[in-house]
This record gives sequence, structure tokens and C-alpha cells, in this order.
Amino acid sequence: MIPSQEQEKWMYKHMLISRFFEEAIEKIYMEGKTPAFNMANGPIPGEMHLSNGQEPCAVGVCAHLTAEDVVTSTHRPHHVAIAKGVDLKGMAAEIFGKKTGLSGGRGGHMHIFDPAVNFSCSGIIGQSVGPAVGAALSRVMQQKSGIAVAYLGEGAANQGAFHEALNMAGVWKLPVIFIIEDNSWGISVSKRASTAIERNSDRASSYGMPGEFIPGNDPVAIFKTVGLAVDRARSGLGPTLIEIETSRLAGHFMGDGEAYRPAGEKEALLKVDPIPVMKARLADVYSWTDEDDAQLVADAHAVVDEAIKFARDSEYPAPEEAMEKVFV
Amino acid sequence: MTQVKEKERKLTIARAMAEAIAQEMRTDEKVFVMGEDIGELGGVFGNTRGLYKEFGPVRVRDTPISETAFIGAAVGAASDGMKPVVELMFVDFFGVCFDAIYNMMAKNTYFSGGNVTVPMVLMTSTGGGYSDAGQHSQCVHATFAHLPGMKVVAPSNAYDAKGMMIAAIRDPNPVVFMFHKALQGMGWLGTEKDAIVHVPEADYEVPLGKAVVTRPGTDVTIVGITSGVHYGLKAARILEEQGVSAEVLDLRSLVPLDRDAVIESVKKTGRLIVVDEDYHSYGMTGEIIATVVEAGVPLKAPPQRVAYPDIPIPFTPPMEQWALPSPEKIIEAFNKMKEV
Repeated sequence: MIPSQEQEKWMYKHMLISRFFEEAIEKIYMEGKTPAFNMANGPIPGEMHLSNGQEPCAVGVCAHLTAEDVVTSTHRPHHVAIAKGVDLKGMAAEIFGKKTGLSGGRGGHMHIFDPAVNFSCSGIIGQSVGPAVGAALSRVMQQKSGIAVAYLGEGAANQGAFHEALNMAGVWKLPVIFIIEDNSWGISVSKRASTAIERNSDRASSYGMPGEFIPGNDPVAIFKTVGLAVDRARSGLGPTLIEIETSRLAGHFMGDGEAYRPAGEKEALLKVDPIPVMKARLADVYSWTDEDDAQLVADAHAVVDEAIKFARDSEYPAPEEAMEKVFV
Repeated sequence: MTQVKEKERKLTIARAMAEAIAQEMRTDEKVFVMGEDIGELGGVFGNTRGLYKEFGPVRVRDTPISETAFIGAAVGAASDGMKPVVELMFVDFFGVCFDAIYNMMAKNTYFSGGNVTVPMVLMTSTGGGYSDAGQHSQCVHATFAHLPGMKVVAPSNAYDAKGMMIAAIRDPNPVVFMFHKALQGMGWLGTEKDAIVHVPEADYEVPLGKAVVTRPGTDVTIVGITSGVHYGLKAARILEEQGVSAEVLDLRSLVPLDRDAVIESVKKTGRLIVVDEDYHSYGMTGEIIATVVEAGVPLKAPPQRVAYPDIPIPFTPPMEQWALPSPEKIIEAFNKMKEV
């Protein structure tokens, strides 16, 4: 399955929005946190897991999805949320803890819920998987269209939740796709040190489903392979496990010194940053000009700036609103 | 017009639960059941009996032994418009799947600012007394009730079981529905006859979060839930012979907790005994006593609690039966209050 020029442009644009969003968050996150780094300080407190480098995993998959499809994501959710069409202003405000946030400030960056586009995520490793299987089951039982996609990191593939849910999805042949974003690091522990096999996609054979490994952090390659899996799911042929080799260009979270990274690793990864790589591809394949690019870059910045401004300008919720929405 | 008295129809809790689920499944196609051995077998504790035959394998789904997967899946299905009723066979097994329960099921509504609802029922068996030892006999009421975001209920009789199950399925919030094995009316687990009561055929709701005075009295309030209510009722009958009028209050629900009902009863009696088959420390018994003390209810004697000692539940009958709450222990607690 080959992406059209429009689809490639869409992917690139959303990679840009995602990257610019993360860069804006990164900058604002440090406000109030220097010289002494205290996670509780500044306009964006708490843990912050940036997705720089992992954008291809978001756009190559979500290019095939519509708002009705269900996506469950991880503690590192922004790129996927953006590609899935989550309301960016609401998400930004949520990350700032504002009243206008998607959840009124109760959830924050690891708990983004936008039911309008069927997006959710969880801060618990491996817990994206069960709910996606359930959403897929729900679609089958209700005879409603739409499939479910669960994102997880390669570290989560060592969680029991992953194996239980894949087995159940395999038994019930559900329209669900499992996307492993393999950035090769579980915080500071490498995949090599934590995983008994080379490819998590090989584990698919244990659950009676196809497993695909996509090297190269390449949005077009991801688009092609995921397209087939989406077709399989939509036509009732069951689940697929896909492992995408990607790169974490940031630390595990903001404030991570990354002393555990081998010398030179990060520099090497930055040399193959997927965003300039994609730009070069567009120039090469579609004669993408610098003017075309400047326009798209400006558009992406405008979208991000508007969302950040909205978040900054919004009010905080009244503290006592904390007591609401425990039950509905 | 003369009212025709409905013919008495005594059901076990197991049958009342199955009937409630069946009635909701007939009227709402979004309701489905999922869990281990809940299909053709009808549930290890009988509470899904007949459902598989009537509704088939799509809506009554036997699962792999994968509690994390199917409870997590229930969270996803509930958020997508379904109303799953899932069974955690023994509550003791929560150890393998608590993330899906307390970090997902119980928090997604709050973390979505109320924009995502999780209308599911997690039914699970509790309790011991039949030498199944400490991995198959616990109640752990307080473990669930302590954690915000899920309703926690536990009926003591078949009438409440049916009405509370219907209310739980219709509730837009996640509800943990705990049923005590010895009250299920399964002969092989011992049968508490007082739990087998008249159950109307029609569907009806028993509101969650409302306690009920099971037996009115004036001298002492005995507060319990599920098996604790039956220990309390037996103690009250013995106390009556001694000229003591004991009021038995069935909480029925731990979350929401009907604190007003407790306060009102103790205001009347001035004495409080709390009975719970869950562990003694940091549990429901302490919570009820704190409720009364915080409300400044005048007490004629220090409140007492009869709960499970802080030990893993032992296997051998002499030890297990010794450790369980009992009517005798309640009488002993009352006598202690007399001495004051």
C-alpha cells in the first residue's frame, strides 16, 4: 500500500506539528525550573515524556485511521494524539493543568482523553493494550465500524498485560492492531538488556497473528505495512502485531541526564532525525521546494502557537473542583 | 380492588444475580458477560447459570485465565458504549489484575474530566469458612473501598442481590459487586438460609449507597455487611433471649457509604458493634466507628469491633473457624460494653 502525495504531505505536516509542539513544551517546561530543577515548579509541572523522534510511528499509523477508530496510547502520547486529531488546544491546556483542558486539569500529560476522536492513554506501562482489545470487541459486538490500535513501548512487551491481551485478541480474532514503538530504551535499561529475543514482532506467532518488524523509523514504510494490517482488521481477518524501530531523541523524561546512553548514540540518531529525512524525501520524490516547506512549517508553527497561547491564557480550575467527576 | 399478594418465590443469591443479569440482557443489548467459566458452566458460584443457553457465546464469553486482559478489555468496551459484567472468580485474584481495576477502571472517568464513562460491573466472590485457606477466602472489602473511583457493594440476601445487580448494571460508574460464597446458596459451600429470601420476578433496583435496618432494636447497633449481617442477626436473636434489643444495620454498600444511617441508628441505641469478615486493622470497622465518633454521637460505651484477625486465613478448620467472626464474639463484645 503506497501513500499518495497528499498522504505523505499530511504525515510530514503532522510530524512537524508534533515536533514543534514538543519543542514548545520543552522550553516552557524549563520555566521556573532553573537554576534548581524541581519538577513541581513552572507552568508545566510534573513528569514530561517528549516524543521527539517517534513521530513516524504516529503518522504512519494514524494516516489510515478516522475519528471513529479507537487509539490507546502510552505515557509518551503527544505525537500519537496529534496524529489522531486530538483537540490540540484542549490537550495543551490539559498539560498546563488549566480549566479548559480536555479533563479540566485532572489528568495532565499522561492522561489525555478525547472521546470526540476516540483517543485515550495511560501512564501505566502495558495498560494501553487491554482497553484496545475491549474496544475492538465492542465494535464487533455492536456491529459498528472502526478498529482499535494500541500503542506500547518495547519495554511494555515484557509486561504480562501485553501477552494476556494479545492471546485474547488472537483467540477472538478481533479488529485490533498492536503498535510497538521500539525506541530501544526502557528509561535507562536497553532493550538488549531486558528482552530475550531480538524482535518483539516474533512474539506474534505465539498468539496466532502476523507479526511485522519495520526498520528505519520511516513513515512511508510504516504507512505501507500498517495499511495492510488495517485492511486485515477492517475486513474481519483479525489482529496484527507491528514493531517499529524508532528513536527517542529526548531523555526518558525532562530532567533525564541520559548518562546511560553509549557515547555517540544520540549524535548518530540526530543525524537520521526523521523530520529532515522526510523533508528530503518529499523534495526528492515530489519536487518539494523550500518555499513549499516554509509554508508548511509556518502553518505547523501557527497551529502550535495558537494551542500554547490558549493554554497559557486559560484560567486554572478552582481547587475544590478536584472533588467533582469522581463519579458521573 | 383487592391487591393480589405475590406468591412467595425464594431464591438463592446466585439465582437472583443470574436473573438480574438475564433481565438486563433482555432489555439492553449492550450488556454482556465475560469471565472465567461463566459460560456453559454457569459460573463457579452459579451466578451466571442459564445465561449461556439463553444468550449464547457472543454475549456470554468464557475468557482465557487472563484477568488483566479481560478486565482491561471491559474498561475499553465500557468506554466504547458497552455495559460489561465481568467476573473475577475469587476476589483474592485481584493481585494479578489490579492495574486494570484501580488505575484504569476506577480512574478513567476522573482523568477524562467526566467525558469518558466506564459503566461496568466487576462481580467477584469473597469470604471463607470452608477451609480454602488464605488465597481463596479473603474479603478484602476495604482494599477496594479505600480506592476512589469505584462503587463497592456487597449484598447479604437474594432480594438485595437482584436489585443491586440491576442498579449496578444501569449505573454509569464502575461497580464492584462482591458476593460472599457462603451466602450463594451453593450447597457445597455451606448455605446461609437467611440469605435465601423472596425475590419478585419483576425487575427492580435497590439503590446503591443505602443501608437498611434489617432488624430494628433499641439497645445496641450491630453494623455489618454481607456475612457480617448474618452473624449480627444470629447474635441479635441470642441477645433478645437475654432481654437485649439489638438493631442490625446492613450497610449493603461500602462506596458510597451510608454514614447517615449508621449515625441515626447509634444515636438511638448509644452502643455500636461493627462486624466484618475482612481484616481487623485499617478496615471498614474502623471507618464506621470513626464516622460515629466524628459525628459526636453520644455513646454509652466504647464501640467494639468483631473482624478477622490480622493474619493470613489459615487452612485447618480449628484455626479458621476460631478466627472467623461469630455470634458469640458479638455477644462477648456486647458484654464488654456492659462492663463499662
